[in-house]
Amino acid sequence: MLLEVTLSGVTLGGMYALVAMGLTLQYGVARIMNLSYGELLIAAAFAAFWFYSGLALNPLLGLIVVPPLAFVASYAIYRYLLQPLVRRAKSRDQLEVDSILATFGLLFVIQGVMLALFGGAYYSYSFLSVPLQFAGATVAANRLLALVLAVVIGLGLYLGLTRTRLGTAVRAVAVDPVAAQLVAIDVRTASALAFALGGALVAAAGVLVSMFLTFNANLGVVFTLKALIVVIMGGVGNLLGALIAGLILGLTENYVATFIDPGLTLAATYAIFLIVLLVRPQGLLGRANR
Amino acid sequence: MSAAAAGLGVVALACVPLALGDYGLSLAINIVSYTVLATAWSLFSGPTRYVSLATVAFFGIGAYTTAVFAETLAWPLVLLIAAGIGIVVAGIVGLSTLRLSGVYFVIFTLGLAELVRQFVTWYEVNKTRTLGRYVFTDITAAQIYWQLLVLAVLVFVAGFLIGRSRLGLALRAIGDDETVARHSGIDATRAKVALFVLSTVFMTLTGAIMAPRWTYIDPAIAFNPVISFTVLIMALLGGVHRLYGPVMGVVPLALLFEFLLARFPNHFSIMVGLVFILIVYAIPQGIAGLVDRTMRRPA
Repeated sequence: MLLEVTLSGVTLGGMYALVAMGLTLQYGVARIMNLSYGELLIAAAFAAFWFYSGLALNPLLGLIVVPPLAFVASYAIYRYLLQPLVRRAKSRDQLEVDSILATFGLLFVIQGVMLALFGGAYYSYSFLSVPLQFAGATVAANRLLALVLAVVIGLGLYLGLTRTRLGTAVRAVAVDPVAAQLVAIDVRTASALAFALGGALVAAAGVLVSMFLTFNANLGVVFTLKALIVVIMGGVGNLLGALIAGLILGLTENYVATFIDPGLTLAATYAIFLIVLLVRPQGLLGRANR
Repeated sequence: MSAAAAGLGVVALACVPLALGDYGLSLAINIVSYTVLATAWSLFSGPTRYVSLATVAFFGIGAYTTAVFAETLAWPLVLLIAAGIGIVVAGIVGLSTLRLSGVYFVIFTLGLAELVRQFVTWYEVNKTRTLGRYVFTDITAAQIYWQLLVLAVLVFVAGFLIGRSRLGLALRAIGDDETVARHSGIDATRAKVALFVLSTVFMTLTGAIMAPRWTYIDPAIAFNPVISFTVLIMALLGGVHRLYGPVMGVVPLALLFEFLLARFPNHFSIMVGLVFILIVYAIPQGIAGLVDRTMRRPA
């Protein structure tokens, strides 16, 4: 029992970590606090659902098609919707407020479109939901597959950011956008790239999540919220921190839901968030620089 | 002189229920309640520039207090309890987040309504075994309108007095540059928490007063996030750096939303989102900002 709960907690935590990695790119590098982030995840989940139920295609095919589309869409959103705000902003605080407001409006637009298309009902589909025996515990194959893919994607991102020139440039912008310009890094392009990459990541997470969770058009804000909490818990811009914080969150939620009461998971999430805010406001692995 | 004019205006507004039919009165209630909410919102968020997305958390707390106590307790006592609960919750939220950077506050308030909603749902399902509640009172629509009008007057008086007090000056300094403000000996956290609590008391009371309008409430109705969103967009359209600003956003948008909700009930949130984005891009300073600029130009 405990092992099963732990395993499904790790799966959920892995998803949270993946979602949070995308957000930490958007917020840490492009400096956009994107409140419509979770809507993209739900949109990708709907796309995977449509692939499977509408076109009778493997949802894993969605993993190849949907993230590139999300990349393009996020790039367009950044380029046409957010860059004017970046130019207008006199300070980082100003940009933060403006981007919160603009993406808050975007949240309602995307959510409204999904509500118009799919209604408020809950959706799910049954793909690879066969039980597997794993060290004496039973796990659904789709959960395990989602976890493995999340690990692969996360590892790929980590290597890409630490081992390539472009990745190093992106990290440099996260540390200091002004100093990055001094060493001939095109901050504007790097920011747009990071924002678009964040969008692709959350879309990939959406496809994975749709394989084992039921979802509806209103669920996006819940994922945004959890991603934000994970990002802040782990330290803004810190991928490893996001991983640890995501796992903590996923495990806590599953333990609370199983052993205490499913209705109190959000309360537990908030309790952890509050403790981190009060004890380590810069995040578990973050540096104090503000 | 202007105080006399304001007094006359309030008297004229108080006569509105006598002149309007049922539909007009419900529209008037809508406008006055959003006036209180939006003005209270900008009371805090205007000078400090902390965007609060938790309006409906407090509004819903007020509404639920009424639903629980209205049948057993006297009405003023119900309002007092609602204000008390609002103060406690706002104090906890304020003390734990307002010491930190503004983003933490935004994120916390974004989830607060959802958190309170889940908590109330959990409590109702596990302890009282019913999800919905009926609100039966003998309070008429006109009485709700008058109570809201009194609350609106109070919020304006509060805003006017704060603008002229040391607290108001401190808040403007914090909004301009918090580090400088702290160095000038302002206790920034205390000032922010005090104002946050004050602004949420008005929101809680609005919820408590509005609850009898519904007769039936459940957590999804009382904690509907669209209310937070509507208040934000109205305050921004009006302009948050002037006390009279939010009203100028409330009146046109309340009428527009009434129209949109009647004509496009299924696409309402898309429309509202687009209107909102338009406001953020086209009139970042709000209507009050436009008025200021046109007034300044001839001089």
